[in-house]
Amino acid sequence: MTNSWTDIKNTDLVLVMGGNAAEAHPCGFKWVVEAQQQRKAKLIVVDPRFTRSAAVADVYAPIRVGTDIAFLSGVINHLLSTGKVHLDYVKMNTDATFLTKPDFKFDNGFFSGYNVDKRSYDKSTWGYQVGEDGFVKVDDSLQDPLCVFQQMKKHYARYTPELVSQITGTPKDQFVKICEMLAATSARDKVMTICYALGWTQHSVGSQNIRTMAMIQLLLGNMGRPGGGINALRGHANVQGITDMCAYSEVMSGYLSAPTDADVDRETFLKVRTGKPLRPNQMAFTQNFPKWHTSLMKAYYGNAATKENDFAYDWFPKRDGAYDILAIFERMHQGKVNGFVVQGFNPLAAVPNKKKLSAALAKLKYLVIMDPLETETSEFWKNYGALNDVDASKIQTEVFRFPTACFAEDSGTFTNSSRVISWKEKAVDPPGEAKTDVEIMARLFQKLRGMYAKDGGTLPEPVAALTWPYINANLPQNSELLREISGKALADLMPPPPAPKLDAKGKPIPVPTPAPGAAPPAPLVKAGEQVPGFAVLRDDGTTACGNWIYAGCWSQAGNLTARRDNSDPTGLGVFPNWGFSWPANRRILYNRASADKDGKPWDPSRKYLAWNGSSWAGGADIPDMRPDAAPEQGVGAFIMNPEGVARLHAIGMNEGPFPEHYEPFETPVGVNLMCPNNPKAVSNPAARVYKGDMEAFGKAAEFPYAATTYRLTEHFHYWTKHARSNAITQPQAFVEIGEELAREKGIKMGDRVKVRSNRGEVVAACVVTKRMKALDVNGKKVHHVGIPIHWGFKGVAQNGYVANALTPYVGDANSQTPEFKAFLVNIEKA
Amino acid sequence: MASLQSQDVVARSATTTATPQARSAVPQVAKLIDESKCIGCKACQVACMNWNDLRDDVGNNVGVYDNPADLTANSWTVMKFYEVEPKQGNLEWLIRKDGCMHCEDPGCLKACPSPGAIVKRANGIVDFMSENCIGCGYCVKGCPFDVPRISAKDNKAYKCTLCSDRVAVGLEPACVKTCPTGAIGFGTKDDMVAYGEKRVGELKERGFQNAGLYNPQGVGGTHVMYVMKHADQPELEGLPKDPTISPMVSVWKGIAKPLAVAGMIGAVVAGFFHYMKVGPVEEKNDEKENA
Amino acid sequence: MQMNRRDFLRASGAGLVGSSLVALGFSPTAAHAETRNFKLARTTEARSICPYCSVSCGVVIYTLGDKAKNVKSSIVHIEGDPDHPVNRGTLCPKGAGVMDMIQSPNRVKRPQVREPGSNEWKTISWDDALNRVAKHMKADRDANLIKTIEKDGKSITVNRWNTSAFLISSASSNEAGYLSVKVARGLGMVALDTQARI
Repeated sequence: MTNSWTDIKNTDLVLVMGGNAAEAHPCGFKWVVEAQQQRKAKLIVVDPRFTRSAAVADVYAPIRVGTDIAFLSGVINHLLSTGKVHLDYVKMNTDATFLTKPDFKFDNGFFSGYNVDKRSYDKSTWGYQVGEDGFVKVDDSLQDPLCVFQQMKKHYARYTPELVSQITGTPKDQFVKICEMLAATSARDKVMTICYALGWTQHSVGSQNIRTMAMIQLLLGNMGRPGGGINALRGHANVQGITDMCAYSEVMSGYLSAPTDADVDRETFLKVRTGKPLRPNQMAFTQNFPKWHTSLMKAYYGNAATKENDFAYDWFPKRDGAYDILAIFERMHQGKVNGFVVQGFNPLAAVPNKKKLSAALAKLKYLVIMDPLETETSEFWKNYGALNDVDASKIQTEVFRFPTACFAEDSGTFTNSSRVISWKEKAVDPPGEAKTDVEIMARLFQKLRGMYAKDGGTLPEPVAALTWPYINANLPQNSELLREISGKALADLMPPPPAPKLDAKGKPIPVPTPAPGAAPPAPLVKAGEQVPGFAVLRDDGTTACGNWIYAGCWSQAGNLTARRDNSDPTGLGVFPNWGFSWPANRRILYNRASADKDGKPWDPSRKYLAWNGSSWAGGADIPDMRPDAAPEQGVGAFIMNPEGVARLHAIGMNEGPFPEHYEPFETPVGVNLMCPNNPKAVSNPAARVYKGDMEAFGKAAEFPYAATTYRLTEHFHYWTKHARSNAITQPQAFVEIGEELAREKGIKMGDRVKVRSNRGEVVAACVVTKRMKALDVNGKKVHHVGIPIHWGFKGVAQNGYVANALTPYVGDANSQTPEFKAFLVNIEKA
Repeated sequence: MASLQSQDVVARSATTTATPQARSAVPQVAKLIDESKCIGCKACQVACMNWNDLRDDVGNNVGVYDNPADLTANSWTVMKFYEVEPKQGNLEWLIRKDGCMHCEDPGCLKACPSPGAIVKRANGIVDFMSENCIGCGYCVKGCPFDVPRISAKDNKAYKCTLCSDRVAVGLEPACVKTCPTGAIGFGTKDDMVAYGEKRVGELKERGFQNAGLYNPQGVGGTHVMYVMKHADQPELEGLPKDPTISPMVSVWKGIAKPLAVAGMIGAVVAGFFHYMKVGPVEEKNDEKENA
Repeated sequence: MQMNRRDFLRASGAGLVGSSLVALGFSPTAAHAETRNFKLARTTEARSICPYCSVSCGVVIYTLGDKAKNVKSSIVHIEGDPDHPVNRGTLCPKGAGVMDMIQSPNRVKRPQVREPGSNEWKTISWDDALNRVAKHMKADRDANLIKTIEKDGKSITVNRWNTSAFLISSASSNEAGYLSVKVARGLGMVALDTQARI
């Protein structure tokens, strides 16, 4: 979330799309309801199903699964063609004025540079024109046909309301009504927010779903403002924190892009990651990358990371390709993985195409499960009849199951969806012999380190050198670890030499040398002290910090994540002294954008920060801006981008700099109406599809119904089927279909039905509902089948089939998030 | 630390001696269920079972979201889901938290033949005192909202207590505290009526012309009230439009009782006990046909 | 509502006995009218965070006993933390029932191993379990860690171990996550992922 849960109450309009906030995040959703009541805000829900979010919405519209980009692109077209754009904001805070390269093209479903055989793009024609001064060329009048604004206009003019309705199945009048409601927030004093979740991410075009919405929020001038933003309502209680710790292959703690084979040495590695301003006066904050990276290496390797050995650069493993979960299981399926450690995760239930996963797990030599509960994954080898039809005697994987403590049985911090890090207390001891994840990881590492010390082995040096400064090596304390994450000074950190002042002609006045005998300047931070924040981190090895964005969460002032002051001085739901919000305790990201070019709030009634003549400080929140950057300097609010502004044209995306509609890989209509004559661009042309998985996609002739999986408010993933309270409130697997489809199929309420995809089948009870209606998609009637995911072959709820027996093995082209939300099935009475 | 004792009770079932009325300054409490804010998440159900240490059976899905399907001796509140189209083509998903209404004039208490098995507290809560419950099921018949349930296991009647043990120490009921969207409110009856009326006004502004507060006067008003989007049609969500105490209870209290008492002989007592325990439960389906 | 004959009979019959007990001298004073005792009166409170979705609601965990030496604490109740600015004491059905997850009959309580081809779990000691896993990991790492690759005639140090993979939990704390990543990276692992992706 760019904003916070409590900030939602400041909004004028809430769009819930690509998510179902009322069911998945009920306690966060209260702030939507609060806005409805207190601010008379309106709630719009767009979803294939009339959900429990829709039950309290002001406006609901149905949409076919997997067509959100078409819908949102139609909204962009509406905004641009009617001029309902917050133009002052757009000019100031986006790249609308930037000139694109002249060879950038889009034609019949492909952007320029597509390679059909490789299924990927050469992006050299994308991006901005850069002048000889190293800065991007702009056209402030927005008239140049090459400027991003005009390119967008051209690209999105194709998404007429008629075509949008034909693709999405959303009735045109409802679509237009929603466009008009969104467009109204282009006014200076109106703000809308979007609450989305897995309904947008779990598509082969997931990242672009979100980008399209981000573009809308930028055009409307809603980013960085109270009541606005792009709010990803995330999964687990600490999914944000674990993302921040970067427990995945591509990045190191704090989103530092991890080295690949191309980064042959530290210099090369740093060079391509260290930002340079693309426009004058921009902060280009990633120019600090070397400080963050060096501090992390010092946290990992301590004294063994020296300037001479490039701060142990070579010890950190280099990536040679993708190692996301789909890639890991693909490699496992190919027999290239011997061992698999699965901590608090149930991939057999949570990853697509159970049959493939089960076969892959059977090829492992060893599997280690660390979990508080008996997961399906831990018993993938055991026969549970039709629910898990395997032969244990033929599975040679050695499986270990380690009992772990759950949240209540340990202290430590969780980071919520809005980046607030909070300390929790331990309530009880874990049951039986269960241990915390920290203790298990520590003991396991100590065993390994001991074996390497005793017996040697391959590359023993980093195993020996990894810092282990914990008082009890087998049981590091959470307080020790959080201090390591937050960072400390390894030497006295002296203030930088004062910047020379300028004389009347703009020439620097030389700084006088201090008088002999004058007291030396005091250090900013003394050696051994906790750092106050990332601003003091150094690239010379004098600071250690396990995660730069968490820097300062445990400062010399103590554990700021344990703060429990819930006062809210501005009444804007900021709560600045509750826990610690990364970065720098900032509660709304890009908040400089809440004020206009003169530094005055766009909406005085929601004043968040303002330029007071000399500083941005003193507002509701920590400014996301150099505090002394006067508005006339034109320092952009999007400080992490070298251009200083937000990108409407983004070359980082793998399938194109502008989002474009592509059908799900299993499409009920078989044609992409945006480019009906290009069979190669029906579905995302840049999405990765493994051999065998393409063949496992089903066709509409055999599997005519659009299916989607989702969560119910009564359950959390595959945990609560182990909890009696939740099992009582939603006891048994079911699927949902509309009344019309039920009639066609002779299915009645409560009947057992069999749902089949090209990969597997599930049998469940059937809920027949008025809440799912057939949609008219380009003259064809499309029915949906809804499939809640929460069941498996272990639990106190009724056992059921794993829903991911059905889902396709393909991910988003950028994030590799699997396409759980749009695929094809057939259904019949069981 | 039982904090409400006998002097906090203003009415007892089947009791002809006067109940203490001294504590007249006890504030009346009420729960307000604002259906326009309810997302049907069932947090109230789970909070109820957790606070009251109840765990019903794990049932089955019979094709609806309602689980458990109805109130039971172990489920004192359940969500009821209604897919309706009050206006043609305009689907609404009405979701109602079902449970005891805590009537000002409780039909269950009036109908109950067992002394002190049902009490009404000075704060408005209607509570079942299990040690006096004979399991006759008369409270079920007396209730205009079909709330009490007789346990097959112990033959006692059960229903929502409005968390009398929490209210007694100054806390709100468990369902109120947990409600994620603030659809359930708690306070004094006056405050809840005032807040409910405010919400009704807000709903009318939002276009729900027939919004209203459900606080039926046929039972003297209730200590559990609903804010409804369609108060003109409470039957859309399974509530009676003008609930009153069953006339059989009134008839009994008014005419039959003195006559019967006069003619009563001890031998009849055992027979009636048996009849009362078994009869009403068996005949439930019959009653529905008559309704 | 119409009253039929049977209703009338039942009304008179049922009421007859109850009220008549009084008339015949049964006293109602035996009726206890007290509320149930407040069950949290002297429990111990811990402030924690619901483990489910990313609203990360504050919860108060009530445990049996006062933490005196001779008491084995166990959770008796969990409720929302009213001071928490986001959830303000509320909990959804998942959070409101989280005690049942903590106390689920399906908690794993001892280290176990399922030997190749076997159809059952065998309980083992922590020391055995950790030794066996560490041996597996070391053997795989020693055999398969790639120190350098050749590219364009040059040797590039890569130091990666990609034949064992690690899924790190999004349900664990930042501290556990950080340490897990540190250990994995310290061993040279590149095949790691978490729920965040899916």
